[in-house]
Amino acid sequence: MNTIASLHIGEMGYISEESLDSIPLKLLEMGCLPGAEVQLVQIAPLKDPLYICVNGSHLAIRKETASKIRILKSE
Amino acid sequence: MSKKDIKVALIGNPNTGKTSLFNQLTGLTQKVGNYPGVTVDKKQGSCKLSATQNAVITDLPGTYSINPTSVDESIVLKTLLKKDIKESPDVILVVADVENLKRNLLLFSQIKDLEIPTVLAINMVDQMTRKGISIDLTALKEELNTEVVLISARKNQGIEAVKAAIIKCHVAAKATPMCDNKKIDPAYFEELKAINPNYTLYELWLMVTQKNFPEEISKQEKEKLLSFNKDVSKLKKYQHKETIYRYQEINKILKNTYLVDKSKAKDLRAKLDKVFTHRIFGYFIFLLVLLLIFQSIFDWSSLPMDLIDTTFAELSDFARSNLPTGVLSDLIVEGIIPGIGGVIIFIPQIAILFLFIAVLEETGYMSRVVFLMDKIMRRFGMNGKSIIPLISGTACAIPAIMATRTISSWKERLITILVVPFTTCSARLPVYAILISLIIPDTKIFGFYNLQAFTLLMLYALGFGTAILAAYILQKTLKIKSNSFFVVEMPNYKLPSVKNVLFDVLEKTKAFVLGAGKIILALSVVLWFLASNGPESYKNAEQNTIEKVANKNLGTDELQQKIAAVKLENSYIGIMGKSIEPAIRPLGYDWKIGIALITSFAAREVFVGTLATIYSVGSDDENTTTIKEKMRSEINPATGKKIFNFPAGMSLLVFYAFAMQCMATLAIVKRETKTWKWPLIQLFGMTGLAYVCSLIVFQILK
Repeated sequence: MNTIASLHIGEMGYISEESLDSIPLKLLEMGCLPGAEVQLVQIAPLKDPLYICVNGSHLAIRKETASKIRILKSE
Repeated sequence: MSKKDIKVALIGNPNTGKTSLFNQLTGLTQKVGNYPGVTVDKKQGSCKLSATQNAVITDLPGTYSINPTSVDESIVLKTLLKKDIKESPDVILVVADVENLKRNLLLFSQIKDLEIPTVLAINMVDQMTRKGISIDLTALKEELNTEVVLISARKNQGIEAVKAAIIKCHVAAKATPMCDNKKIDPAYFEELKAINPNYTLYELWLMVTQKNFPEEISKQEKEKLLSFNKDVSKLKKYQHKETIYRYQEINKILKNTYLVDKSKAKDLRAKLDKVFTHRIFGYFIFLLVLLLIFQSIFDWSSLPMDLIDTTFAELSDFARSNLPTGVLSDLIVEGIIPGIGGVIIFIPQIAILFLFIAVLEETGYMSRVVFLMDKIMRRFGMNGKSIIPLISGTACAIPAIMATRTISSWKERLITILVVPFTTCSARLPVYAILISLIIPDTKIFGFYNLQAFTLLMLYALGFGTAILAAYILQKTLKIKSNSFFVVEMPNYKLPSVKNVLFDVLEKTKAFVLGAGKIILALSVVLWFLASNGPESYKNAEQNTIEKVANKNLGTDELQQKIAAVKLENSYIGIMGKSIEPAIRPLGYDWKIGIALITSFAAREVFVGTLATIYSVGSDDENTTTIKEKMRSEINPATGKKIFNFPAGMSLLVFYAFAMQCMATLAIVKRETKTWKWPLIQLFGMTGLAYVCSLIVFQILK
């Protein structure tokens, strides 16, 4: 199962529709929507948190949250 | 504020330049007050919209949504749900960042649904060409059904258009919702709307989801609203649906009005991020930044501080030689002038610290530090966001504790609040500065680093290290369940705006000096009184001393000094200091330091002011030297050695590093945690630790 946490730095994916319920409302409000393109920009030196870019928002989220958000990897 | 003034609430996402716009609109008229009933600071200022129309502008905390996840954000909701004529805004001014317009419009859509006249100011439009963005303003106005203004707050462009739009919007008093939740589940939302027709559907929905009820809501209505709250999973599902629906509407609107040519976007961000969040350079740069701050505090502030020190000594001399002798003159020369000097002298250091913090936040670098530090801080029961309070704590614990409001997990926030007072606040700096200059030689180590500055750095490290350690212990012992959720926006790098930084420094320094200054000045006067009055033995001091030394054939000067010393010892304050002397002697302190310790419990910096008062009372009046020189020459009559020698000085440094000696901080902790339990734990825990550690230090070094 691919999640945001399984992306490599620079890799992109699309947030899958089925993960809607596992996205916290706050993240949803910040543009982390199902169907949106998400890129992993950077990983913090201690492997956590993750720095992502989604829908034009640059956000840092914890690995724990990221590993619950399923994605479809882009080719 | 007159009745005719338009009440404007300024709202926007963090990092949209909301503060810049507020500063441009209000300038020097801004004031910080309190919201009734809540503790968050309320920034207000007035603005001349036109020749005949004024506005009062309230700057609300930055938020991504009306649905709050932290104490800070809940203020926005509370302010907007109020129907009180005096408090509720006439017009809402939403600030959006042109680059993140889509996300910014989510908050805008929520505001619109409250049906309050709204103006949208799209900021940073000077960046549009560079980022390849184009906006069809006329179409956007029409689609959003709102006044839209393109501005560049930092460059002072479009500000007049904002003012005109506020007036226009206020006159038209037109407010139409943007989204209709009935589309999600018609029956459910129809039933909700029927509860109270005076509120918009969205307002009622917010009351249900946030359990936040305005006073005007009746008990019956409240019960009905609460019944909607029973099915939590349905509620959550509808909130999710609502957000998606809002974004769909926004996308529809932006599709034809907002275009981005991605090929034009040049990204400086990515390059800088590579350096600042690098696994080695990232921490290295952060360390360098901290070193730079501490070095600057010492280097830049020493000149103005010496100047202030000598100016006030000269002022005392001048006042003494020009005022007639009497009680009032004594009060001015020995109480008030040294007291004011003791307040003014902190300004350089405090201002420099606030300057650095403001610059770090303005540039966007602080968010990178949060990103770098989250994992480490989490290990100690805190949050990456705790780094901002911990750094701010090096200025003052009070704004630092308020800065914890952005942390959404209660346990992480509480731990941060509890350990922040360990960080070296600026009130400790004058104490450290004077002690370090007395006991540490002014030499260089490693050829370039000043040993005194290095000692100060070590004290910062001690404070920070203790804070981290205390957090670790608290994390293991506190049994509080709270979910830890973390999301931080990584804003674009920006050059700091001089105006924003200066306003921030000015505001914080002013608040600190006025707040702490009152305590210091009042205490200086009380101290002067206690030092120049006393029981029977004080009144007889002069007579007794003359009789006692009559056969010793002393010179006039020597005799006067002897009398002054005996007088001080027998004054009220001397008696207080002496009564605690047995308890503090093992730490290396005499009764004079005892007095300073007692008064420090009002605020740490009073230590310096107290010693200033004690020594100016105790010395001969002919030539008033500076406090530092007086302290240096002070000799313990029991041992014949200098009082401020190395062991006692170190013991004092440790005591001030650990002890909880700030009434204002205790009061703010009580306010933020809503119980006396936590401030009391801080008071006894920290002061107990200070006593034990100082005892160990002195006994080892002695």
